[in-house]
Amino acid sequence: MARKILYQDAINEALDQEMARDDSVIVMGEDVVGGTGAGGEMDAWGGVLGVTKGLYGKYGDRIMDSPISESALVGAAVGAAATGMRPVCELMFIDFMGVCFDQIYNQAAKFRYMFGGKATTPVVIRTMYGAGFRAAAQHSQCLYNIFTHVPGLKVVMPSSPYDAKGLLIQAIRDDDPVIFCEHKALYATEGDVPEESYAIPFGEANIVREGDDVTIVALGRMVRFATKAAEALAADGINCEIVDPRTSSPFDEDTVLESVETTGRLVVVDESNPRCSMATDISSLVSQKGFGFLQAPIEMVTAPHTPVPFSGALEDLYIPSPDKIEAAVRKTVAYGN
Amino acid sequence: MSNTAITAITMPKWGLSMVEGKVIEWLVEENTTIAVGDEIMDIETEKIANTFEALDSGVLKRKVAEPDQSLPIGALLGVLAESNISDEDIDTFIEDFQANYSPPEILEGEESETSYEWVEIDDYRIRYLRMGEGRRNIILIHGFGGDLDRWLFTQGPLSANASVYSLDLPGHGQSTKAIRDGSIAAMANIVTKFIDHIGVDHAHLVGHSLGGAIALQTTISDPDKVDALSLIATAGIGVEINGSYISGFVQAESRREIKPLLQQLVGDPSLINRNLIDDILKYKRLDGVTEALETIATKFMDRDQQTIDLRNHLASLSIPVHVIWGSADQIIPASHAKNLPGNVNVDVLEGFGHLVQVEAAGEVNKLLQS
Amino acid sequence: MKTIREFEERVHVEFAKGGIPGFVHLYAGEEASATGVCMNLEEDDYIASNHRGHGHCIAKGVEVTGMMSEIYGKGSGTCHGKGGSMHIADLDVGMMGANGIVGGGPPLVCGAGLTAKLRGKGNIALAFFGDGASNQGTTLESMNLASVWKLPVVFVAENNGYAEATASSWSVSCKDISTRAAGFGMPGTTIDGHDFFAVHEATRAAVERARSGGGPSLIECKLDRFFGHFEGDNQKYREPNEVKTIREESDCIKRFSNTITNDTEITVSDLATIDGEVQILIDDAVDKAIAGADPEPEKLLTDVYIRY
Repeated sequence: MARKILYQDAINEALDQEMARDDSVIVMGEDVVGGTGAGGEMDAWGGVLGVTKGLYGKYGDRIMDSPISESALVGAAVGAAATGMRPVCELMFIDFMGVCFDQIYNQAAKFRYMFGGKATTPVVIRTMYGAGFRAAAQHSQCLYNIFTHVPGLKVVMPSSPYDAKGLLIQAIRDDDPVIFCEHKALYATEGDVPEESYAIPFGEANIVREGDDVTIVALGRMVRFATKAAEALAADGINCEIVDPRTSSPFDEDTVLESVETTGRLVVVDESNPRCSMATDISSLVSQKGFGFLQAPIEMVTAPHTPVPFSGALEDLYIPSPDKIEAAVRKTVAYGN
Repeated sequence: MSNTAITAITMPKWGLSMVEGKVIEWLVEENTTIAVGDEIMDIETEKIANTFEALDSGVLKRKVAEPDQSLPIGALLGVLAESNISDEDIDTFIEDFQANYSPPEILEGEESETSYEWVEIDDYRIRYLRMGEGRRNIILIHGFGGDLDRWLFTQGPLSANASVYSLDLPGHGQSTKAIRDGSIAAMANIVTKFIDHIGVDHAHLVGHSLGGAIALQTTISDPDKVDALSLIATAGIGVEINGSYISGFVQAESRREIKPLLQQLVGDPSLINRNLIDDILKYKRLDGVTEALETIATKFMDRDQQTIDLRNHLASLSIPVHVIWGSADQIIPASHAKNLPGNVNVDVLEGFGHLVQVEAAGEVNKLLQS
Repeated sequence: MKTIREFEERVHVEFAKGGIPGFVHLYAGEEASATGVCMNLEEDDYIASNHRGHGHCIAKGVEVTGMMSEIYGKGSGTCHGKGGSMHIADLDVGMMGANGIVGGGPPLVCGAGLTAKLRGKGNIALAFFGDGASNQGTTLESMNLASVWKLPVVFVAENNGYAEATASSWSVSCKDISTRAAGFGMPGTTIDGHDFFAVHEATRAAVERARSGGGPSLIECKLDRFFGHFEGDNQKYREPNEVKTIREESDCIKRFSNTITNDTEITVSDLATIDGEVQILIDDAVDKAIAGADPEPEKLLTDVYIRY
């Protein structure tokens, strides 16, 4: 039975159902429980935004708080994965990847390859990303592109509660290391989610909206903004097809190319900074493999090449908006006319 | 004051959850004479796209709705009238209608979910939907990989003068997914218990595809419980079956894989829209579904052949038996409807595919009610 | 110990001939540490090592012929030629890998220790790291985490006096690495890493403590490496004759042989027999490595993911 629940509850439900199903699934992170060693309550936080609340009561020592030491924490998750557990480790903010990146990209990502196929590292690193909370430069970035670059990692960014639950279940069941990116501004959004467990395959884009005129490829929170823009454009008779890749690694090239083959026009929407990003990656892909389909240059709608500003007035300018997406679509439609 | 010579054509409600439909295109011109059952418009909804068949007759005096327009259920699509009615009268009719029309209120959570009912049978939690009140009791049984929404265009119309039930078989829809015994006999047993559950002595069973084989088996095992049998594109009375459709459907994981398979179910591939595909993918991703489908498939077929054969039982049935098929069925060939014993009523509808109760809903509903 | 010594000495010779690609970091001189420690471990105990990992691999039971072929980059290597000297691993014998990142091992060992604790089968995990890594944040974090989570792990710091070309007497801010243990709430001890028996004894206690749920400990083995940081290191940071003196006066194998032949019934000729067997093993390993085929071209693209 599907019912409306929040994105963050969908994540909680995925963790709960997988922990119930498989006792090798463990959860670790800073304050994922909260209260460890303190005089007050246990499960005081259940995660800084409450995403993991309630799991401690059910699973006890299979969910554990850690000191603030990301290298050791993430490394421990990787080592536990290599020795038979299925850890889901929380890297509280994707911005903190700098303090533990080695364990992710030099260790976890490369074990299988370096060890000649003889290691299995089924670790999931859940991490919060994205701007919009006035959390400023070191707590608001969109860095999935950096993980995408690394062979050996899989990278996931669900845009809806339904996708969040199904992709996290898939991530936990997947035997490769997965970076699971949760946009903090999506936590409070609602959607229909089945009560039962289900897994969405990686590398399969979702066509959120069908249309013949322009293809919009959007990631994470940008899917919702693209949808708003598409509704406004439909009133003017411009019908957009919105493709949500769901996973940047593996990436569903075929669906994007098929869509551009029909529409001939592409707008890529990505909250990251523009250099060496998913936006440039997707644009390059379509330029190379779909050159003949294009009737207009590809448009990218991204953040500027700046850190995330603190001031709300500036942060709102930083984040790609439905208006900016609409303008980009109109630009591709107007090209040549 | 409404003129009884003028009739409004309004957006139909297909299934419980439909709140609006989008006009794809008109299939008739203004000033054409329409008979009941004529195809007048293609409509797309959240669940499916289908052709709207006229519920009334008359001359199509005015088209009101335009292609690509989305309208709530009950909204005015067009106006039928006797040919001598003036344009001014039509204008007045339209004005009056629009002034008095308001779309039905959609309350949070009001829709579908609260109307479904549940029953435990043999440790399976079975979802079902009841519509209508009447002397007769009809039970609609879907086929392999389907659910009670296969009867979206059937249950409403039939419920005008009967109590009509549709259910999700185990492994399907929202019923329990884990299957112990996937045999036709086990499924038939569940249907028998369902008849008991709804508190009637007997019912008219309508089964589609595998559901037809299940309905037939129920009739064979418990003849007292079945007062009439309608078998639509049924399994169980012939050898051939499209094995690659079945195994493809079971294995498919992506939109790309499943879309061409689903298109084999119908004569008109445009019926298979994104929402339908999404719903089926969401169903297939649920834990236990692939295993359930595999379990059931092994019990009624092997590669390209059906392994159950109930054809011989038809001749000895004393209740009314009706076999309905689409001539262009790509899953189970319509040839199985040939050479059936004399007590069986047979109707093969030209040009329609396996999901004939969806594609030719008006005609099939008429046949089921006769 | 002898196997390790001969392996490393031979690699030194072959590397100089130009037969071995990439970087190698030789363990010769430190054998008492790897051997003394690993003789306290079972096959289902885990170790993680560092760039100077051949000794740990051999002591933990990784197959020597495969190792040599791996160092030569051949398809028959332990890691099918995909890892090389710094990334030799064999999880089947509990060897989580040599590591090219200084300090890369201790966090992984916390992970293996966590698995061991949750599974409750009584196995433990042990990290080998050097004086250089003893300053690395990851190592310090791991000691803290292992203590806080009370993990069944042992930290073994092999202090050979140099982190690359810098003396540990300067770069390590305390005289004995083992005194850092107290800062992390665990016992720490410094021992003579040239003395096989001292290493063996100290490790026995630490391993027992871990296995019985007493949590982690730190052992510092002070020892010497005969060769440079890497093969090709001019070693100008060492005093002249330093290595010559070490080989004469601090050779752990010589010490072991003397003790054994003096205090037990094992004779010099018994040891010579073992030497002979080791020689054959190493010669054979090198022959096979040289003769072995390169990995096939398609192997470039395999084993990035299990399923993509």
